[in-house]
Amino acid sequence: MTQRYVMSIDQGTTSTRCILFDQRGRLVSVTQREHKQHFPRPGWVEHDAVEIWRNLERIGPQALAQAGIGPGEVAAVGIANQRETTVLWDRRTGVPVTPAVVWQDTRTGTLVDELSRHPDAHVVRERCGLPLATYFSAPTVRWLLDDTDGLRERAERGEVLFGTMESWLIWNLTGGPDGGVHVTDVTNASRTLLMNLRDLDWDPVLLGFFGIPRAMLPEIRPSSETYGVARRVLPGVRISAALGDQQAALFGQTCFHRGEAKCTYGTGAFLLLNTGTEPVASTHGLLTTVGYQIGDQPAVYALEGSIAITGALVQWFRDGLGIIGTAPEIETLARTVDDNGGCYIVPAFSGLFAPHWRSEARGVIVGLTSYITKGHLARAVLEATGWQTREVVDAMNADAGIALTTLKVDGGMTSDNLLMQFIADVLDVPVVRPMVAETVSLGAAYAAGLAVGYWPDLEGLRRNWHRAAQWTPAMDPKRRADEYDNWRRAVERSFDWIKPTAGRAGP
Amino acid sequence: MPGPIQSIERAAAILRLLAQGSGRLGLTEIANSLGLARGTAHGILRTLQLVGFVEQDEATGKYQLGAALLHLGTSYLDVNELRSRAINWADALAARSGEAVRIGTHLQGRVLVVHHVFRPDDSLQTLDVGMLLPLHATAIGKVLLAFDANAAAALHDAVRDGELEQFTRRTARTQREMSRMLATVREHGWASDADEAGMGEAGVAAPIRGYGGLVVGAMGVSGATERICDSGGRPRPELVGYVRDAARAVSRDLGASRW
Repeated sequence: MTQRYVMSIDQGTTSTRCILFDQRGRLVSVTQREHKQHFPRPGWVEHDAVEIWRNLERIGPQALAQAGIGPGEVAAVGIANQRETTVLWDRRTGVPVTPAVVWQDTRTGTLVDELSRHPDAHVVRERCGLPLATYFSAPTVRWLLDDTDGLRERAERGEVLFGTMESWLIWNLTGGPDGGVHVTDVTNASRTLLMNLRDLDWDPVLLGFFGIPRAMLPEIRPSSETYGVARRVLPGVRISAALGDQQAALFGQTCFHRGEAKCTYGTGAFLLLNTGTEPVASTHGLLTTVGYQIGDQPAVYALEGSIAITGALVQWFRDGLGIIGTAPEIETLARTVDDNGGCYIVPAFSGLFAPHWRSEARGVIVGLTSYITKGHLARAVLEATGWQTREVVDAMNADAGIALTTLKVDGGMTSDNLLMQFIADVLDVPVVRPMVAETVSLGAAYAAGLAVGYWPDLEGLRRNWHRAAQWTPAMDPKRRADEYDNWRRAVERSFDWIKPTAGRAGP
Repeated sequence: MPGPIQSIERAAAILRLLAQGSGRLGLTEIANSLGLARGTAHGILRTLQLVGFVEQDEATGKYQLGAALLHLGTSYLDVNELRSRAINWADALAARSGEAVRIGTHLQGRVLVVHHVFRPDDSLQTLDVGMLLPLHATAIGKVLLAFDANAAAALHDAVRDGELEQFTRRTARTQREMSRMLATVREHGWASDADEAGMGEAGVAAPIRGYGGLVVGAMGVSGATERICDSGGRPRPELVGYVRDAARAVSRDLGASRW
């Protein structure tokens, strides 16, 4: 039987999706199932890892049925996943020993403060490229080991396993308690704070710093390589790729060359820049992370800039203020005026992420006069996403020493033409949208297909990438400079609002 | 002549009731006021809710007039909303057909391009969003003329008894010629143009419908005549199929049930 398709599993924060792609990278079938978000205490966010596994058991076969095929026609499956979310489970029974702790969970805040004050705290950033912060996995694992009696001893004996979502799913797919393969990939491992960014292996110094036993950790493997064969759900199908979701989007956008970048616009935005085979340390508030690793080739690194609030500001305009009925109406309203009328909105709803990392900042609207209408506010809402992108790109250009020439975009906000044009205008580079919007899933499928020879090489994948739209910069340089200056002054006004715990979070 | 339709009379009564007083009423209050069974009132309210004429408060379950009713005079579907709802289907159409895709709505006697997907060959192309096209010489425009009475009236007012604007020797010249063409479009459910807006340019388009079948726009492919049409000058049947499938898919997403 010919193997005509590749499957991707996108295990995201709110749902799990299965998509089948054909050889030209076109979508053949899509199935999706949401899982519950648990908020047991303020600041805590949990998932039920068993629910997520059951969802996959259901939607995997559904995706095959929708396409009218059997698992024999699937060349390989690749997994993209919500990053940093932590699962601990019993090796013998396959049952999680605690709820999965989601990347948004802030229960480790105090622990992270304590660890940051430790004289050896500098080793974290030096060895793994990331700052000590609550959303990475290591503090969470440490917290869980401290919190549950006897858990540390069981972890030391290798009876309790740690994994992010891709590890949990691969272990279950390959047999679970009955011979399940316990692996992770370099991109997911790079988000734990435990992997040495150059050796691409667990770092004994970091394991010691966090007090995490080596025996509970999965084996770190390349992002594109066959880890094993599924014995459940998709029997006989090779499991051949795993990547964190943002890295998968970088791969799906075929940003394979140094200097190529993509930005995914959702609730927040994540900009990743391929920096080639050398990790670039950031001095401008960005994260150094692994982009992908194909088989035994050298790993490709990336700089990451995360923006907390982009689409969420539009949602607030819709749900919090009720000024618009649907998110796309923000563009209609913004087009009722020609400019922002001197008004700027800095959406520091829970502080600012890259490149500022100011947890004490809070949102501001500045430049209000009686001239300002809701149309001007709508402009300011969209422009906030544009300027936040500009700040991250400036930081990237400075850190990487290469200037961005094009920005590839994906995500829901790319349907907003006014916003896309504004981003091109303020970055002064073309902004391009690819024809397949599902770049996360596509990236996982590409990496899996590459590992099994379904696609021959990266160039073949690049030929599948087609431009669906392009926005060309058209803003007067003087105006761009003036507006950027206004934006920066607005950002300064958001700083130092929360007292007295004012302090810096993150890098 | 058939008598009045009872459910429409009752729907009108519910709207009048909601327009009076506090404007927020529960199901029982509405049913009691009009002497209707709760099930009947609920069915009508749900339909009114579906088309946006009535909204239900999540917390209290009470009903009130919907925003769509208050803005009945303005556009029924925001064009940016239309783009956002159609974008995945438009991408899929471009990928399947290998041609550029455009979505248009009627604006003051012209076609306003509200969405554009490039032809997937990575050649140099520029976004046509915001551009105005002639109604009578493009496939998208003909669909709008055939299925949107306001577009047809606007063109009629603009032209009166004069000649339609000519772009090539194949552009429709008279209202009579146009009427014949539009009858065919209504019969087939899709439209095409070949060398009518410009020599060497052709297109195929189909209507996008919302609730009740109301046409909110048209979606189609456009490109070089030799690629869009066969040797007999007719649009290639597989392209017509792709375009109709895509337009139907968007229509279903927008709530059109029969198409």
